Formats: sequence, C-alpha cells, structure tokens
Amino acid sequence: MTSLALDETGDAPPRSRPSAWNRLSRNALATFGLVLVVAIAAIAAAAPLLPLADPNATDVANRLQPVFSDGHWLGTDQLGRDILSRLIWGTRVSLAVGIAATLVATAIGALIGLVAAYYGRWTDTLLMRGIDMLMAFPYLLLALAIVAVLGPGLLNAMVAIALVNIPFFARAVRGATVSLVTREYVDAARLCGMSNPRIIAREIFPNVLPVIVITMSTTLGWMILETAGLSFLGLGAQPPQADLGSMLGDGRKLIVTAPHVATIPGLVILLLVIGTNLLGDGLRDVLDPRLKSGALARPMAVTAVDASAGRPAAGAPNAAEAPLLSVQGLETHFVMGRAVFRAVNGVSFDVAAGEAVGIVGESGSGKSVTALSLLGLVPTPPGRIVGGDIRFRGESLIGAPLSRLQDIRGNRIAYIFQDPLTTLNPLLTVGEQVTEAVRRHQNLDSGRARQWTLELFERVQIPRAKERLASYPHELSGGQRQRVGIAMALANDPDLIIADEPTTALDVTTQAQVLKLLDELRRERGAALIFITHDFGVVSELCDRILVMYAGRVVEEGPVEAVFADPRHPYTRRLMACVPILGEPERSIDAIPGLPPAVNRLPPGCAFAPRCPLVLDACRHGEIPLDRLGDGRAARCIRAQESDQESSDA
Amino acid sequence: MPDVVVETRDLCRSFGGGRRLLGGLKPLVRAVDGVSLRVERGRTLGIVGESGCGKSTLARMLVGLLEPSAGTIILDGKPVDERKRENRLDFHRKVQLVFQDPLSSLNPRKTVRQILEAPLQVLLGMSRAERAARVTELMRLVSLRPEFVDRYPHEFSGGQCQRIGIARALAAEPALIVLDEPVSALDVSIQAQVLRLLKDLQQRLGLTYVFISHDLAVVENICDRIAVMYFGKVVEEGSKADIFRRPAHDYTKLLLASVPVPGRRHSQR
Repeated sequence: MTSLALDETGDAPPRSRPSAWNRLSRNALATFGLVLVVAIAAIAAAAPLLPLADPNATDVANRLQPVFSDGHWLGTDQLGRDILSRLIWGTRVSLAVGIAATLVATAIGALIGLVAAYYGRWTDTLLMRGIDMLMAFPYLLLALAIVAVLGPGLLNAMVAIALVNIPFFARAVRGATVSLVTREYVDAARLCGMSNPRIIAREIFPNVLPVIVITMSTTLGWMILETAGLSFLGLGAQPPQADLGSMLGDGRKLIVTAPHVATIPGLVILLLVIGTNLLGDGLRDVLDPRLKSGALARPMAVTAVDASAGRPAAGAPNAAEAPLLSVQGLETHFVMGRAVFRAVNGVSFDVAAGEAVGIVGESGSGKSVTALSLLGLVPTPPGRIVGGDIRFRGESLIGAPLSRLQDIRGNRIAYIFQDPLTTLNPLLTVGEQVTEAVRRHQNLDSGRARQWTLELFERVQIPRAKERLASYPHELSGGQRQRVGIAMALANDPDLIIADEPTTALDVTTQAQVLKLLDELRRERGAALIFITHDFGVVSELCDRILVMYAGRVVEEGPVEAVFADPRHPYTRRLMACVPILGEPERSIDAIPGLPPAVNRLPPGCAFAPRCPLVLDACRHGEIPLDRLGDGRAARCIRAQESDQESSDA
Repeated sequence: MPDVVVETRDLCRSFGGGRRLLGGLKPLVRAVDGVSLRVERGRTLGIVGESGCGKSTLARMLVGLLEPSAGTIILDGKPVDERKRENRLDFHRKVQLVFQDPLSSLNPRKTVRQILEAPLQVLLGMSRAERAARVTELMRLVSLRPEFVDRYPHEFSGGQCQRIGIARALAAEPALIVLDEPVSALDVSIQAQVLRLLKDLQQRLGLTYVFISHDLAVVENICDRIAVMYFGKVVEEGSKADIFRRPAHDYTKLLLASVPVPGRRHSQR
C-alpha cells in the first residue's frame, strides 16, 4: 500500500489582505482621533516633567487673569491658580479615572458575560437578571446613589461609574460568547479533558477579545464624560484637586464675567471625547469580523465590466442561427488589495435551446462565478468581468444596461440557488415572493398572478399548495423550499434555467425527488438547463453534455456518456477515480496528490501539471489550447489524443 | 468470542419535555430511541441516515459530550459512569471524535502545536519534551509537514485542517474513534485523500472506527458493518454485503435507490 506523500503544497500564501494597522491608518478620521488622543495623553502623562506652575497654588491678587496674560498662557481662575497647569494635571486625573473605570467595568462585565454564556441555564438566568435589575435604574441616579452611600471623592466616583457600566460589557460579551460556546472547537477542548474554567480562559476568551476591545474603545469617551459629569456635580474630585469636570463646575458661576475659565476645560473634554470616539469607531471597523468580510462594501446591482470585454467577435452569427447562449472567452477576476484572483479564466461554451449542460468542478474551480457572470450577478467590488463576451439569442449581455439585464433576470434566464433559505426573504410569505416574480415580468393583475402562483406550486408538487402560499420560508422543509425555488424559476417560462448546486443541501431521498421534478418540468417546457454541481452522479442523471472545470478553465467537455466512458483529460480521469461509487465497494479510490492552485498564483502552462501523472515538459509552458477531438468532445491537454493513456501512467 | 470495543444497550436521548411556566407540556423529541450496537476491535461500523435521524446525537453520546437519557454504554467490558471527572477523563482517553467541519473544530487563535498538545497535556500528563516529540510523530502520521506545526488553522486548506483534526483525535491513542461526517465538507479529491488516510491509519495502528455519514457510497467504501438509522431507531443492521446487496427494510431500499450513480441514468424516459 502506497502511503500518502507528504503534502508539498502547504506554503503559506503571501498576505494579500492589508494588516489591521494599515487599514486603521487608511481611515483618516480614526487616524485623526488616534493623533488627538495620543497627543493629549502624552502631554497629561508628562505633567510632572513639564515646567508648570503648582496647580493648587492660589494667588488671589492675580485672580481671573485673561488668556495670554504674562506668566499664565491660559489665564488664571477665581483663586488665581494657573489654568494651563490645572488643565494638564486635571486631564491627567480625568483620563486616569476614565481608563481605570473602563478597565474595572470591562474585567467584571466580561467575566460575568463569559460565565453566563458558557454555563447557560440557571447561571445565565441568575446573572443576567441581576444585570437587568442594574439596568432598570436610570444610571446617573444609580451613580449618584452609590456616591451618596460611599461619600464623594474620585475613587468612589470611579467605582460608581465602573459599576453602572458593567451591564453594558456583560451583555456585549455574553452576546459574543453565546455564539462561540456551540462551536466545535469547544467540544473538542472538552474531549481533550479540559476543565470548564480552562476552556473559558484558553479557548473562548482569546476569541471574544476583539469584542472586548471594541466595547472598551467605544465606551472610553463615555466614561471620561461621566467622570467629568460627577465631578461637575461636586461628587468626584474634591477641592483643591483639579479634574476637567470640577474645573468646568468651578467656572460655571463665572461664565459671564470670565468665560475662559469654563470654556477651556470644556473644549478639552470635547477634544478628548471626540478623539476617543473616532479612534473607537476606527478600531471597531478594523476588528469587527463582520465588517472585515466586506459587509460595508455594498455591491453594485450589476458586475463591473472592463472596456476590453464584450466587443462583438468578428462575424458574430445573427440571432436566427445563434445558439441560445454563447459564452466566448469569459474572464471574471476578483481584485482584493494587490492580489488578482482569476476565478474565471477564458471560459467558452454554447448552450443549445432545450439542452442540459452540467458544469462540474471542485470548489474554487470557477463554476459558480461563471454562472453568476452570465447576468452580471458577481458582486462588484471585488468582482470584475475583464474579458470575453456572453450572447443570449445573439444579444450581448456584457455591458448591457441594468434595466435590460433586469428584464432578462428571472424572466428569460432564471436561477435556482443552493439553499433557498438564504435566497428567499424571511419576512415575506413564499406565495408573495413568487407572485412578485410573476408580476415583475408579466402584465397580470394580482388575483391572476396569485392564481398562476398556485398553479406553479401544484406543478412542483408542494402538498396542500393553497395553504403553503401563506407560509414563511422557515416554516417549510429544505425540500419544500427548493420546490418553491423551482416554482419561482419556472414562473415566467424561462428559456434557460441556471441551477447552482440546488440539491447539495438536501437529503438523498429528497434530492432524488427534486431532481426528477426539475428534469420533468424542464423538458415539459423546453427550457435549457445549466446545472452546476460537484457530484458526477447527479450530472449523469440529468445532463446531456458536461463541462469539467479546473482553476477557472474548462479542461474537458463532451456528451456525458462519452466523457464518463473515456475521459480524455487526466484531471477528469483522476477526479472520477476519487469518487466512491455505490455498488462498487471494492473499487479502490485514488486520491489526487496535492491541492488545486490558488487562482491568484496560477502556474504557466497547464494548471493541473503539478498534480498530473502524465506531465511532460511542454505542459509547463505557454497556453495549452482546448483540443477538439470530434463528436463534440474537447480536452485542454496536449496528450488528449494519445490512445490508452492509462498504460503509460502505470 | 469477538473482541468488542464498545457496546450500547438501549441508548436513548430525548430533548425538551418538562413543563412550561404556565402549565402545559413542552414537546418531547426522542432524538435517539433505544439504540443497541456493538463495534468489534479493528473494524469500522458505518451509521447512515438522513438529517434529523439522530446519528449526530448518537455520536455525541458515544464520545461523552452528551449524557444519555437512558441506556448504557459499555466500553471495554465496563459500563461508563460519567459523573466523576476522573471517569470522564478515562472515557476521553479511550474514545475520541473527528468533527464534520474541519475549520470550525480548530480554534482559530491557537497554533497547530497548541491544538495537538492539549490532549497530550491534559489526558496523558506528558512533559514538554514528550509532547514535542509526539506532536512531530502525529504530524507525520497524518502526512503533514512537521515544520507547519506553529501555524494557525486558517493557513491550511480544508483537507489539511481535517488531518489536524484526525491527528488530535489520535493523540491520546484512543481505542475508538467516532467520525461524524468527516468528509462531507470536503471536495471529492480531498475527500479521497482523507478516506485513504483513514484506511491507512486503521491498518497501521489497528484502529476502531464508528463512521457516521449520509453518503452511502463513502460508507460502502470504508465500513465493514452498517447500521441504518431512521427517526432515532436503527431500522436495519448488518454486514456491508447484506445491507447493500440484500436490503431488508423498505427505508434502506429507498435510500439505495435514491443515490445518483455516475455514468448511469435511473429514470427511464
């Protein structure tokens, strides 16, 4: 028995994603916030080193000096104390209290959140209802009550502020933890014999850390404001100690006679809080995984097309003799940072009216992107169609105006997706959604559209179709939902149905029913079908012709029976050898060594060459053309014509 | 007398039940309803069924992640009592699990070394040097380069992650490995690599598997005996040849007839 070769392909890919620091520095507002906060904090921290006057030394003779007076750049207050010195020392106190309160609130809140979410049940109930009770009091009132009990003073103000902010942290951390507790790696840690506290500390805590940092950075400004608020009310810093809030409070009475005494600390509070908030928002954008994955980048309604794409090829056939769909040299790329992912790399194929074409390939082979490119459904950014042409009944779809594409989408060309639970709107009933698809393209009044929807539901054999019209997607089983998906695709009698792994999420018995139904209805209406799947069995069941894709290219095409009987591309052959076939348990499954290439670093020549058993030197250079073999067959291999390749393999 | 590694007797697990705050009974779901199975040493028992048939619940009970509502698990001839921590650790030393989703079963913030060392440290109490040697050995065993041991899971492909998961399960040298849909998240060429690896490891180390899958062709390829589950019950159990050539239960027949086979058209037109 041959043992597996060591994996040679595990080199770390070069980082194509900009680092967190780069992304933060690209955000101008966050950078401004960072500079502001760092500058203020640096000055405050350096207070003992700076040549400042004693902040508490009174000099009543020189009271209420204006700004820029001699020896006092920012003037003096009602007791003649130097405002600049008090401001810097006061900022130091305010920052220290704000940060300390944030740390205390974070530590206690995060602990409560982690424990409540991890243990669940009554621990969760007890802790979180306690938190709810804390939140039921207006928080300023609560802080006042705490200070009233403990007595005024900075330390007590800090305790009060930390305490009233605990619920905020506890809830945020609990929310983040709940989704992590059910992860499989937590189960794996249990199986490794780890104790619960160790799992919380070692497995879960590192994963909620980003949430904790985000919450801290967005609350810090708020905490500084609250500290100032309590000191303003005389409950925080006690005279003669300065902090920003107490300075503001002292200056309040003089707002008419000496406005600078109150205005200057007010301005510093403003700058400090704006700075921390901008920085906090920036950090959140960088650290939040949902934002990182590009949720903020709203894709356009149609894929961007480069000018070089979509030029009609010379001697394009006229509409009458053109195939139903003709794809020529399609290239769709994804641009992420500096890396260009060539997801679809010069794909050409035709689909005749009423024909069923299967596109087979592994994940990352470009089969879905090909299908989505046809009607400009690849999200931009990051996707772009950079070359090739797509003609539907002779009309070029590349670069067609959005309104034209929208007339075709769901009407002449319809899609069926993998799991309708993610493509159906959860807030509308399935009946409404299908009716909407009907009315978008057909001039029917609502009553007749509903009638037609009901007929469609009956056609796709949804039991009790009339009642089901009023169901929401989550109320249906996976198989029923996919029937709704098929009903919607059939709603406007399309010429072409594109089905992207429509049965992958279904159980095998349901899959058999759905495939049979799809096949019958398609034939009944004479619609062509592009069926995308990784399952050779499903292709055999349904399709006339098959395209095998690898690394963004079609490597083999031909009639299904012929390709299965005698595959001409080594990839097709090796891929078929990988699949266990029911009823042939003794068949040894042969793995393909290595991994498919990353489509941002495609090797020159044949992309399969590094894994191919029949590789020649010539395979690694230049462009390998699609070799037409006759009888509608083709393979992108320089050895495709050789007879009996297997013997040379052995 | 066959050497039985694990045996279950009338294993049951139900969810829900109990009363609501204002009277009324909560619905009770019997996810696993009286399952009795036995697995012989060095063999592979396949458990097939469709989603919701209780096969994953059964897997979680077999490895000790879920306590049975009723029935017993007998491991190496002794009934398992999970109430004491020491017993649980002993259980985990003997039975390990390989998860379905390779990426989500590996903590994204831990290196492969940390992931593989956890069972060695906690279950076996190995010293640092022993652990390092064993981690290298484990990486070799699953055909990964030992140099990659200080990388994070996201730097590996799905198939490589699943090998790390298998290495973690092998770490404590368990008597039984439960595999819950170990290849269904993988592409076919990668799936073949993992299946080859599993067969190879079984031969070399004499491992015992419980292989849970919805893919009948995969199960037929790797298993010796097969149990078909339907709504929490085992409806048919037997040798591979019996189940696939001479299915007795109607549900087994339906399952087999539903599988599309490459190069063959079922439906007559």
